[in-house]
Amino acid sequence: MAEIEAYQREAGTLDMQAEPMILNIGPSHPATHATLRLIAELDGETILKLTPEFGYLHRCFEKESENATWTQVIPYTDRLNYVSSLMNNVGYAMAVEKLCGVEVTERCQYIRVLICELSRIIDHMVCIGTNMVDIGALTNFWYFWKPREEVYRHLIEPLTGIRLTTAYTRIGGLMWDLPDGWVEKCRDICRDVIVPAIADVNALLTKNRIFIERTMGVGAIDPKEAIARGFTGPCLRAAGVPLDLRKDETYLVYDRFDFDVPIGEEGDTCDRYMVRMEEMRQSLRIIDQALDQLPEGPVNVDDPRFILPAKKDVYETIEGLMNHFKHVMDGVQVPAGEVYSATEAANGELGYYIVSKGGGGPYKIKVRPPCFPLFQGMPHLCEGGMIADLIAVLGSVNIIAGELDR
Amino acid sequence: MTDKQPSVVLAKLIERFGDDIVATHSDFGDDTARVNRERIVEICTFLRDDPDLLFDFAMDLTGVDYLGEEPRFEVVYHLYSLEKKHRVRIKARVPEEDPVIDSVIPVWVGMDWFEREAYDMYGILFRDHPNLKRILMYEAFEGHPLRKDYPKARRQPTVGVEE
Repeated sequence: MAEIEAYQREAGTLDMQAEPMILNIGPSHPATHATLRLIAELDGETILKLTPEFGYLHRCFEKESENATWTQVIPYTDRLNYVSSLMNNVGYAMAVEKLCGVEVTERCQYIRVLICELSRIIDHMVCIGTNMVDIGALTNFWYFWKPREEVYRHLIEPLTGIRLTTAYTRIGGLMWDLPDGWVEKCRDICRDVIVPAIADVNALLTKNRIFIERTMGVGAIDPKEAIARGFTGPCLRAAGVPLDLRKDETYLVYDRFDFDVPIGEEGDTCDRYMVRMEEMRQSLRIIDQALDQLPEGPVNVDDPRFILPAKKDVYETIEGLMNHFKHVMDGVQVPAGEVYSATEAANGELGYYIVSKGGGGPYKIKVRPPCFPLFQGMPHLCEGGMIADLIAVLGSVNIIAGELDR
Repeated sequence: MTDKQPSVVLAKLIERFGDDIVATHSDFGDDTARVNRERIVEICTFLRDDPDLLFDFAMDLTGVDYLGEEPRFEVVYHLYSLEKKHRVRIKARVPEEDPVIDSVIPVWVGMDWFEREAYDMYGILFRDHPNLKRILMYEAFEGHPLRKDYPKARRQPTVGVEE
């Protein structure tokens, strides 16, 4: 690596008159938060070469999808980024709807925005919380874990019936409408739980000299490199590139909300933290506006090709029963073609490339997980730095093995 | 579905590369061009550098196995331009007996792992790739699991601790 040679030239010689040491981190290591493996070649404490390895959590998502119906794929998408599974559900449903040419109802679009932004907040909370634990700031972890738990208990569980593996969207709509009192509860949680938690962590960290000196300049990347390496999401925006698909390729009803896209300057760990903190505040703004504007009406399209018939019809009419049977056994019938649909997930661009040959199931599904290029960029972020910084950087780019390995 | 008026991106590509653009369509609003695999690096470099196109992001690369068709495999690139805010999908077919295509790492360095994944899953070989190894599967794994003729239920021995 040219960078390493430059580093060595600058440093004169290697620190130690010995062979570089190989240090293996993972795949089961408390600081990797998932089954990742990093092989670091060290000279003293300096990383000369870093080799990431993964695949330990590969669950054959794409192979399984090819053997399932369109609706059966939805639960598989939960397991991609399991920290914000609702976003994967939304991204997948949007991709299939693009292929079908279905326009979902307005209420459905608003609800999808709400669940996406809630997921973004809890995803960023997990990222910041665990990142801080790794570099020794345990308190923030608890300050962020509590509101996350409140969101799960009071909003996501009543909505979907389950915490993590939500499978909430359907092709052409949602599993069901919001339960009674959900909107008020959502306002309460945002105001009484999330906002104070962000303020607490902000007060503890943002101007904290220990934190800033620990993270500033650690794992920095310049915008040109970040683009060439396919970085998206907070890691790209921290480098100063204001790419946010919610603004740039606006989907759902994001064009109706007033929100800002925060960017950083240096692309280092500190900037990634700052960008995430600000994004949470912006997400709160979006949630606030979406709750105000939330229209009444159905959540599912009025189209028997995509939506299951009402239970009453299934039990009382032969057509309803047959329709239900065909839906469940053969799946939703989707026309032939290929689409790529991208959404702005918590970590960056979550893309679904779907090939259909017509019929009830996909011919091919490829997920473009935002973590994949981010993890690929780890050597670039870490080589030449210290081994202790590796952990800080790994936490701040937020690798989720579920979507990395699929 | 066939488009009457090719979009700006596709029109530029056709103008510059002529017969090497095998087919184009804009179904579902996604501009798509199927190109000759021999000129993939040239085409990608043009897409990245042309001032009207500026595809600086390579978002995704994958393979598709069209078993029973000839040529059998397809390599699919999804590109995005930060400045122009447009997207394009570039596809190139590679035959089963010679599943080789040039690596586009010189154009977008971030395509490294995507190419490794396509190799791992489909057995497509990327010429001049510096490190074409398996990425999700383990080294001892036999076959390429996303090929359509790889049975879903096939079991392979799990590997123990390396000596």
